[in-house]
Amino acid sequence: MDFDLMLRVYPFFIEAAWITLQLSVLTTLLGLACGTLGAMARLSRLRIFRMIGAVYVSVFRGTPALIQLFILYFGGPQIGIQLDAFTAGVIGLGVNIGAYMTETMRGAIIAIDRGQTEAARTVGLSRFQTMRYVILPQAARLMIRPLGVNINALIKGTALVAAISVVELTYTAQRFIGSTYKPFEMFMISGALYMIIIYATGRGIAWLDRRARIV
Amino acid sequence: MNLDFTVIPAYLDVVLLGAVWTIAITVAAALLSFVGGIIFAVVALYAPLVVRLPFRLFAWLFMGTPLLLQLFLIYFGLVQIGIDLPAFVAGVLGLGLHFAVYNSELIQTSILAVDRGQMEAARTLGLSRGQALRKVVIPQAVRDVIPPIGNNMIALLKDSALVSVIGVSELTLSAQLAIGRTYRPFEFYVLAAAVYYVINLGMEAVQRRIELRIAAAR
Repeated sequence: MDFDLMLRVYPFFIEAAWITLQLSVLTTLLGLACGTLGAMARLSRLRIFRMIGAVYVSVFRGTPALIQLFILYFGGPQIGIQLDAFTAGVIGLGVNIGAYMTETMRGAIIAIDRGQTEAARTVGLSRFQTMRYVILPQAARLMIRPLGVNINALIKGTALVAAISVVELTYTAQRFIGSTYKPFEMFMISGALYMIIIYATGRGIAWLDRRARIV
Repeated sequence: MNLDFTVIPAYLDVVLLGAVWTIAITVAAALLSFVGGIIFAVVALYAPLVVRLPFRLFAWLFMGTPLLLQLFLIYFGLVQIGIDLPAFVAGVLGLGLHFAVYNSELIQTSILAVDRGQMEAARTLGLSRGQALRKVVIPQAVRDVIPPIGNNMIALLKDSALVSVIGVSELTLSAQLAIGRTYRPFEFYVLAAAVYYVINLGMEAVQRRIELRIAAAR
């Protein structure tokens, strides 16, 4: 282990970790938005929305995230979408993880007892009100942990944007491996930073989950 | 809009050859991750502490860092210590080890879920601990864990795209080759996505059949 070298390069990795963190947060937000829309479409009364939701989930879960990212970033200009690498990364990864989150959210919503819907409708709530005031508050509690699993995968997934040259942790590690020929050292620094981000996120999710428990 | 899908047929053989390599990598890495997963699970549960602790550290590190980073470590790290593996082997090794760790977590839970009475009965019949594990407990544990492992293997297929980054000429890199000649990224990446999707559907169909057979065997 070349500690001298590690001490010299680590500031670059800290900077890169900050980019990884930004990517993770923005991707999570976009993923949650796509997941919510997707779950609503999957549970809609209208067949057309259900179909759109099903195709979204199937296509985005059925093909590699890396390819989706490449279609957007390299293929985008051909259909008039010109994005910088960071934005393409957030949109590509966010829409991808949204497909996984769609299924997580749908699972939590259908896990709520049917009797809840029936009771709410009987006391005169509209379908929308039933969802908004009865089902979602209960389902939201069930979602926290499985969404945490999605977010954990997403943080590691942000490494993919290294392939479109966003200077985040993995790209930085790759660059320094190339210039120093010290793969193990570079892995240790970037790995440690990933672990910190993932550990902190995990604690945050566990805290939210505890707070959301009814009993 | 600047799309021209008529460029595809000229490079279809290149891309399909890439697809064959993708399937080969997926199958090889899947086998490695399955066998590795069982070995890792046994080590994590039964090995002496001096083996178990470093192993836990390794597993923890592998589950907490991105696959892409691990591929760089394996590919360039092995070169550094004097082992110059072909990219294909490094890719299979990286994917296989990564998913072996995930499979091992599933298999550990499953081994612990096999009724204690099975081990006790096997020991009473005169089997050694190792024999009882190998012939009685693990087969049952593995049967129960096949469906979730199937999900991991489908994830493995999609993650196999990452080995293009270390230069394995599978589906993704083949598409890039065609793009390099034609400057048509949209068309060829969409083609690659379609091929992945079809392989994915095939794997899901196989998974369903296996699950039905397991359900019937119970």
